[in-house]
Amino acid sequence: MSNIEHPLPHASFESLGYWEGTSRSELVLQRCCQIVQHRPRAICVNCLDASNLEYFIASGKGKIYTFTVTEQNQAKGFAKACPYVLAYVDLEEGSRILANIVDCDPYEVSIGAEVMVKFVAQERPDAESFAVPVFTLS
Amino acid sequence: MTGNQFPNNIAIAGVYEHESRFSPDKTEFQIMAECAKGALDDSGLTLADVDGLFGASMTMGMMGIVDLAEYLNIRPTHIDGSNIGGSSFVSHVSHAAAAINAGLCDVALVLYGSTAASNAMAIGTGGSSGSRNPETAFTVPYGMTTVGSYAMYANLHMDKYGTTSEQLAEIAVTMRHHASLNPLAKMRSPITVDDVLSSRLISSPLHLLDCCIISDGGGAVIVTSLERARDLRSKPIQILGCGEAVQHQGVGDTDLLTIAAKQSGNQAFTMAGLSRADIDLAMIYDSFTITVLATLENLGFCKAGEGGNFVTDGNIGLNGTLPVNPDGGGLSSNHPGMRGIFLVIEAVKQLRGECGDRQLSNPETALAHGTGGTIGDKHSGATLILGVTQ
Repeated sequence: MSNIEHPLPHASFESLGYWEGTSRSELVLQRCCQIVQHRPRAICVNCLDASNLEYFIASGKGKIYTFTVTEQNQAKGFAKACPYVLAYVDLEEGSRILANIVDCDPYEVSIGAEVMVKFVAQERPDAESFAVPVFTLS
Repeated sequence: MTGNQFPNNIAIAGVYEHESRFSPDKTEFQIMAECAKGALDDSGLTLADVDGLFGASMTMGMMGIVDLAEYLNIRPTHIDGSNIGGSSFVSHVSHAAAAINAGLCDVALVLYGSTAASNAMAIGTGGSSGSRNPETAFTVPYGMTTVGSYAMYANLHMDKYGTTSEQLAEIAVTMRHHASLNPLAKMRSPITVDDVLSSRLISSPLHLLDCCIISDGGGAVIVTSLERARDLRSKPIQILGCGEAVQHQGVGDTDLLTIAAKQSGNQAFTMAGLSRADIDLAMIYDSFTITVLATLENLGFCKAGEGGNFVTDGNIGLNGTLPVNPDGGGLSSNHPGMRGIFLVIEAVKQLRGECGDRQLSNPETALAHGTGGTIGDKHSGATLILGVTQ
C-alpha cells in the first residue's frame, strides 16, 4: 500500500472527461489525427480543432519509461510517504503518463518494468471525490 | 532569425555579483538596487543613463518589472519582465541586445535579486502540495519535486548509456574545487567522490551533494552598443550569438534526454559562426550534477551518452579542454533560486581577466547556458556566446 495522500487536482472543462473516467476506474485518453494525446486538451494539437477529438478507454497497461525513488519531499501528503516512486509510464496505446508506482519495495522498480493502472479514490476537503490513477508492477 | 549573424555591434559594459550569500536584513529589490549600483560603477555609467530595464525574480508578480522601475525611480523606454525560470537573465541579455540593435533603448540594465536562503525556501524538495492550476493537475497529485524531475532524467541516462553516480559525483567535486578558489563562494571545503556518494539520497540516483546549494544573492548586467562600451570604464565583452528554446512533454511522446540546450545551442553557434572547439569557457547552469552532463551533451561538447567520460577525463576543470563554472557554480558558490545571471557575470569577468586565483589563461570566447524549470518535465533553455573584442 502507498501512504501518499495525493493532493487532488481541480478539473477544468478540458480535463473533465479524464477525471470522470478515473472515478469509474477507467483511464480515458484522447485521440485525433492518429495522435494519442495526454494531458487532455480541448483541441487536437495537430489540427487545433475539437470536432474530431475522440475519447477512448486505455487498457491501463504500460512500461516504466523512467523513475526516481523520492527520499525527501516536505510537501503535505508526501513528507510521511517517503520513500515513494515517481515514474513516467509509457502506455500500451501510446502517450506517457506521470504517476506513482505503488504496492512494492521502491528499490525493486526498474526501467522497462511492466505495470498496470489502479485507481486510488480520495475525498477533497470540499467533499468532491477524485480517483487518482497510479500503477503497480505486473 | 535562426542562421542569421548576430548584430556585431552590442557589448556587455558592466557586471556585478552581490557578495552576500545570506542577507536576512535585505529585500529582493534592495539587493537588485545594490547590484545595479555595482554594475553601473563597473561601467562608469549612472542610473540616469539606463533606458532599458530587464528583470525577473522568484516573487515578482505580474507587473513586477513596473514595481522595480518605481523602486529604482526610473522611467525606461523599454521594459522586459519575462520570466522563463532560472535562464531568464541569459535570455534578457539577448533580448536587450536585440532591443538596442533595434533602437528601442541605449543602455539596458538586467537585474536579479533573491532572499531564497533567508526565507528558508524549499526550492528543490517541496512546494507541490496542491494547486488549482489545470497545467499542474497531472503532476501535483504525484509529488514531482524539482530534484525528482532531474533524477528521472539521470536514471534514464544511466539506463541507456551506463552513466554512473561516480561520474556525476565528479562534477560536484570539480565545482567544489573551483569554489575553493573563489573567496565569495558559500561552500569552499574540498569534497571527494566518496563524500558525494555517501551523502544521503534526496531522490534516487541524486544525493545531497549532487544538488545545488540555496543562498541569497543577486546580480546585474549592463548591455549597450559596442561603440558606447568602448568609451566606458571596463573592457567591453561582445555578444556573438544567442538562442532560446523550450522543451516539454508534448502529448506524451518526448525524448526526455533531448533538452532545450540542443536547439538554443545550435542557434547560438550558427549565429556566432563558431564551432564547439572555439569555446574557451562554458558557464553551465548546474542545478544538479546531471544538469551539467545533460547540457554538455545537448550543446554538442560531447556526443550523447559520452558525458560521463567527458566529465571524468578532466575536461571540465580549470586546466581542461572546456573549463566549466570556474566560480564554483550553483553546486558550491551560490544559488539564490534563479542562477542565470551569474553565468553571464562570471563569463564576462573571466573574459576580462579579473578572476584572481580561479582566472583561466586568456580566454577569448565563453558560452553561457541557462536552464529554467526542470528537464524531466518542462523547461526553457537560453544560450549566449560572448567574446573579447578585436
